[in-house]
Amino acid sequence: MSSSLSLFPPNASSVATEMDLLYAFIVAVSAFFTVLVVVLLTYFAVKYRRKHPDDVGADIHGSLVLEIVWTFIPFVLSMIMFGWGASLFYRLSRPPKGAMEITVVGKQWMWKVEHEEGVREIDELHVPLGRDVRVSLGSEDVIHDFAIPAFRVRMDAVPGKLTTLWFRATQTGQYRIYCDQYCGTRHSAMIGMVYVMEPQDYAAWVDAGRSTMTPVAMGAALFTQFQCSTCHKPDRTGRGPSLVGIAGQTIALGDGRSVVADDTYLRESILNSQAKVVQGYQPIMPVFQGLMTEEQVLQLVAYVKSLK
Amino acid sequence: MAHGPQGDAAHTHHPHQQHHFFSMAQQYEASVLGMWVFLVTEVMFFGGMFMAYLVYRTAYPQAWVESSHELNVYLGAANTLVLICSSLTMVLAVRSAQVGSKVGQIVNLILTILLGSTFLVIKYFEYAAKFEHHLVPGPSFRTDLPFGSQLFFSLYFCLTGVHALHMVVGIGLMLVMLVLAIRGRFTPDYYNQIEISGLYWHFVDIVWIFLFPLLYLVGFHYTGA
Amino acid sequence: MSTAAAVAAERHSYLDEPYGIASWLLTKDHKRIAMLYLISITMFFALGGIFAAGIRLELLTPQGDVWTADTYNKLFSMHGIVMVFFFLVPSIPATLGNFLLPIMVGAKDLAFPRVNLISWYLYIIGGVIVLTVLAMGGVDTGWTFYTPYSSIGSNTHVTLAIVGVFVAGFSSILTGFNFIVTVHRMRAPGMTWFRLPLFVWAMYATSIQMILGTPVVAITLTLVAVERSLGLGIFDPKLGGDPVLFQHLFWFYSHPAVYIMILPGMGVISELVPAMARKTMFGYGFVAGSSLAIALLGFFVWGHHLFLSSQSVYAGMVFSILTMLVAVPSAVKVFNWTATFYKGSISWESPTFFVIGFMGLFLIGGLTGLFLATMGLDIHLHDTYFVVAHFHFIMVGGAVMAFLGGLHFWWPKMTGRMFNEALAKTAAVLVFVGFNLTFGPQFILGYLGMPRRYYSYPEELQVWNVLSSAGASILGLGYMLAFSYLVYSLFKGELAPANPWGAKGLEWQTTSPPPTFNFDFDPVVTEPAYDYNPSGREVHVG
Repeated sequence: MSSSLSLFPPNASSVATEMDLLYAFIVAVSAFFTVLVVVLLTYFAVKYRRKHPDDVGADIHGSLVLEIVWTFIPFVLSMIMFGWGASLFYRLSRPPKGAMEITVVGKQWMWKVEHEEGVREIDELHVPLGRDVRVSLGSEDVIHDFAIPAFRVRMDAVPGKLTTLWFRATQTGQYRIYCDQYCGTRHSAMIGMVYVMEPQDYAAWVDAGRSTMTPVAMGAALFTQFQCSTCHKPDRTGRGPSLVGIAGQTIALGDGRSVVADDTYLRESILNSQAKVVQGYQPIMPVFQGLMTEEQVLQLVAYVKSLK
Repeated sequence: MAHGPQGDAAHTHHPHQQHHFFSMAQQYEASVLGMWVFLVTEVMFFGGMFMAYLVYRTAYPQAWVESSHELNVYLGAANTLVLICSSLTMVLAVRSAQVGSKVGQIVNLILTILLGSTFLVIKYFEYAAKFEHHLVPGPSFRTDLPFGSQLFFSLYFCLTGVHALHMVVGIGLMLVMLVLAIRGRFTPDYYNQIEISGLYWHFVDIVWIFLFPLLYLVGFHYTGA
Repeated sequence: MSTAAAVAAERHSYLDEPYGIASWLLTKDHKRIAMLYLISITMFFALGGIFAAGIRLELLTPQGDVWTADTYNKLFSMHGIVMVFFFLVPSIPATLGNFLLPIMVGAKDLAFPRVNLISWYLYIIGGVIVLTVLAMGGVDTGWTFYTPYSSIGSNTHVTLAIVGVFVAGFSSILTGFNFIVTVHRMRAPGMTWFRLPLFVWAMYATSIQMILGTPVVAITLTLVAVERSLGLGIFDPKLGGDPVLFQHLFWFYSHPAVYIMILPGMGVISELVPAMARKTMFGYGFVAGSSLAIALLGFFVWGHHLFLSSQSVYAGMVFSILTMLVAVPSAVKVFNWTATFYKGSISWESPTFFVIGFMGLFLIGGLTGLFLATMGLDIHLHDTYFVVAHFHFIMVGGAVMAFLGGLHFWWPKMTGRMFNEALAKTAAVLVFVGFNLTFGPQFILGYLGMPRRYYSYPEELQVWNVLSSAGASILGLGYMLAFSYLVYSLFKGELAPANPWGAKGLEWQTTSPPPTFNFDFDPVVTEPAYDYNPSGREVHVG
C-alpha cells in the first residue's frame, strides 16, 4: 500500500511502468508550455506595464511564421502522444494467447468472480504472480467498470455485451478494485481487493477452493438444461451446426457475410441467434435473451470454447 | 417610444417594419434566414432518432423486415399523398399572398389545415390498430415476431409521434395564419409570416417523405394482391 | 465625460426608460434581457455552489458520514445539471452575448427581440421544473443520465428532470439562432466580417454548436424519458437495445457543449487582451479562424468519452487523433494572446488579473485534456478524479474566470457604475488561489485511482481530499467577495464614463449605460478592430 503522500499507485503490473512513463512525458510537455506561457505573460505584464494613462501598445499585427511554428509544434507533440497512447491501448485490448481465464460479472453492488477451476469469489480476486490473466466482463443490470489502479487497467462492464481486459501482475500484495462507472446507491461501496500470490501459493489456494462446478462444467449442465444438445450434435446430424472446435474459427453466414467466432459472437448467438445464422441452416433456434443470467451465458460460452 | 435620431423624415416606415431593422428587405431576409436555421435544428432533432434507426436496422435486419410488414402500407401511402397535397396547397397560399389574392390565401390555408388534419386522423386509426394487434412494445407485445421487433416499434412510435406533434404545431401555426389572412395582413409587399410558416410546413412534410419508406417499405415487394 | 453628463446618461439609459417591473418582464430590449439572465444565472450558480459545498464537505473524511449515499448521489447529479445547463451554457452567451453582440455589430437589437425574451422565459420555466425536481428529492443519475441506470435503474424523478433540461436546451437553441441571424444580417454599414470583434466571432462559433448539437441531446433525453414513462425501450439490452448508443448520442451534443461553454470565454479574453494591452490582437485572422475550427472539429471527437465503453479500438483511434487536432486551435489562441502582450501597454487594472488567471488555469485545463485523449493513458484515468480536475480547470478556471473578467470589464458599460478596484483584484487572487487548491490535488487523486462520484474512499487518499475541500472554501469566499462589491457598486459605485478603460470597440463609443436603442447616432465602421495605432506610430488616446 502506498504511503499517504505518494503520487503514484503501486507499480504492480507489466504495463504500469510504461503507463507512468507516458504520463511523465505528457506532464513534462505540459509543464514546459505552462511555465513558458506563464513566465512570458508575467514578464510582458511587468516589462510593458502602462506608464502614462494615454499610452498605447506597438503596431504589431501578427506573424505568419510564428503562427505556423506554434501550430506545427503542438501538432507534432500531440501526434507523438496519440501514437504512444494508441499503441498501448491496442496492446491492452489484445489479451495474449494462453492467458488464464477469469469471468467477472458486475451487479449492483458487487463483483462476482469465477475462476476456470470453479473457485468463486465475491469482491475479491486471487491471481498468481507473473501470469497473463484475461478477464471476461459482464453485467447483470447497469453499466459498471472493473478498475485496478495498481495494474493501470480498467474496462466497462456493459449489460448485453461481453468486454475483456487483461493484465500480468508483477508484484505480490493486495491492490484495490473499484467500480469506476456510476451505478447507483452503493457505487462507492462496490470495491474489492486483488490478491497477487506467488504461483505455488496460488496453486494451493485454488486447490483448497477447487470444485467440480467449474464454469465449463456448469456450462455443460446448462447445455443440457436448455436443451442445446437436442440440435447441436457433435456429428453434424442435428438441426443446428456442430459446435466442436468452432471457437476462433471463421464462420460463413447464410447472408454471405463471414464472421470470426469470438466470445462476442458466441454470446450473441446464444441470446439472439437470428442475428447471425450459419450458412446452410434454418433460423429456428429459440431466442434466449432474458431467459438466462449473464453468469449462465458466460458459463455456456466457456463450455462451447472447451469443445475440441 | 423614441426611434432615435435616425431621421424618420428621410423615409417612411412600412407599418410592419420592426424598429430594430432599417429596411423591410433586411427584416425579410432575417426572418427567412431565421426559419432556415431553425429548420436545421429540427433536422438534428429528428437526426438522433434516425441514427438509432440506422444502428438497429443494421443489427436486426430480419426484425425490421417482418415488423415493417405489419404496418399498413396503404394507409401510409395515403398519408404521404395527403401531405404532398397539403404542401401544394401551402405553396398556393403563399403564392396567393404574393399576388394579393385574399380568397386564394383563405381557401388554400383552409385546405392545408384540412389535409393536415386528415393526416392526423389516419394516424390515429393506425395507432389504434397497433394497440389492438399487440404491436405496442411492452409486456403485451406479440411474441411471434423476431427479436428486435420491439425496437422497431419503439422507434416507429417515437418517430411518427414526434412527427405528429410537429404536425399539430404546424396546424396551429396555419390557424394563426388563417386568422391573419382573413384580417388582410398579407400583401404583395409583406408576406414574411406566411412564407416562413410555409417553410416549416414543407419541412414537416419532407420528414414524412423519409419516414414512409424507412418505416413502411422495408423489404416491401408489391405482389399485386 | 463630465459627471453631470454621466448622471444624465444614466437617467436616460436602458435601465431607467421605460420604468416599472412590467416593462422589464415584457421587455424586448436585449440589454434588459441580458440583465434578467444575469440575475437568474447568478442564483443558479449559487445553488450549484451549495451542492458543491455539500460534496466537498462529505469528502473531508474517508467514510460516508455526512450524507446518505443516495443523498450524495443526488448532490453531485444536481450540481452537474444546474451548473452545466443552467449556469455554464447560458452564462456568457445570454448575459454578455445578449448585451454586447448587437452593440458590437452596430445594431439596435438582436434580429428577433421577442424570441430573445421567450428564450429567457423558457430558461426560467426549465429552472422552475428543475427546482421542483429538487423539492421532490432530486435525481441521482449524474448529469450524464447514462442508461440503463437512468432508464430502468433509478427511482428518482428522472423524467421531470429531463423535461427541465429539455426546456432549458430549447432556450439555448433560440439564443443561438438569434445570434447567427444577427451576425449575418444586422451588421452596421462598414462592419465587414473581418472587422468584427473577436467576441462576435466566438459567439457566432458557439451559436453554430448550439443549434447543431442541442437538438440531439434533446431527442436523446426524450427517448430516455419515453423509455421510462412509456416503456418504449430504445436502450434496453433485454429488448436488443444498446445502452452505449445512448452514450454516443448524448456525447454527440455534450462534447460540443463543452466548447459552447468555453468558446464564449475565449471570446471575452480576446476582447480583454487587446483592451488591457492597448494593442491590436496578434494574429486576428488566426484567432477568428480557430474559433470556427474548434466549433467544427468539436463535433467529431465525442467518442473519446467512450474509449472504455466497448467502442472498437479503431474507432477509438480515430477519435483520439481528432481530439488531438481540436486541441491545436486552442493552443494557437493562447500563443496569440501571449504575443499580443509583447510590446503592449499593459494596464494592471482588475480585468488584467482575470485575464492572467484565466490563461494559467485554461492552459492547465487544456493540456490535461491531452492526457485523456491519449487513449492508452485514458485506460488508467477514465472516470477518475483526473477527469473531474480536467473539466473543472476548463469550466471553472477557464469559463468562470473569463466570465468574471468580462463582467468586470463591461460592468461600467452595463450598469453605469465603477466597482472597487482593490477588492476586485483581491477577489481575482482569492479565486485563483482557491481554485488551484481545490482542483490541483484532484489530478493526484485521479492518478492514484480515486473514482468519480464516490462519497467514501480509502484512508490513504484523505490528505488530497482535505486540501481540495479547503481550497473550495477559499474559492467560495472569492466568489462571494466579487458578488458583494459588484452589488454594492450598483448603489454606491462611482458613475462610469463612456470609456473607462480607453478601449476600442463600438460599445465604448456609446454612453455608460447605453440608451435603449444603443446608439445616439447611426454607426458606420471605417476602421479595423482594435485599431490602437491608426497612423502607425505611437499615438495618445484622447
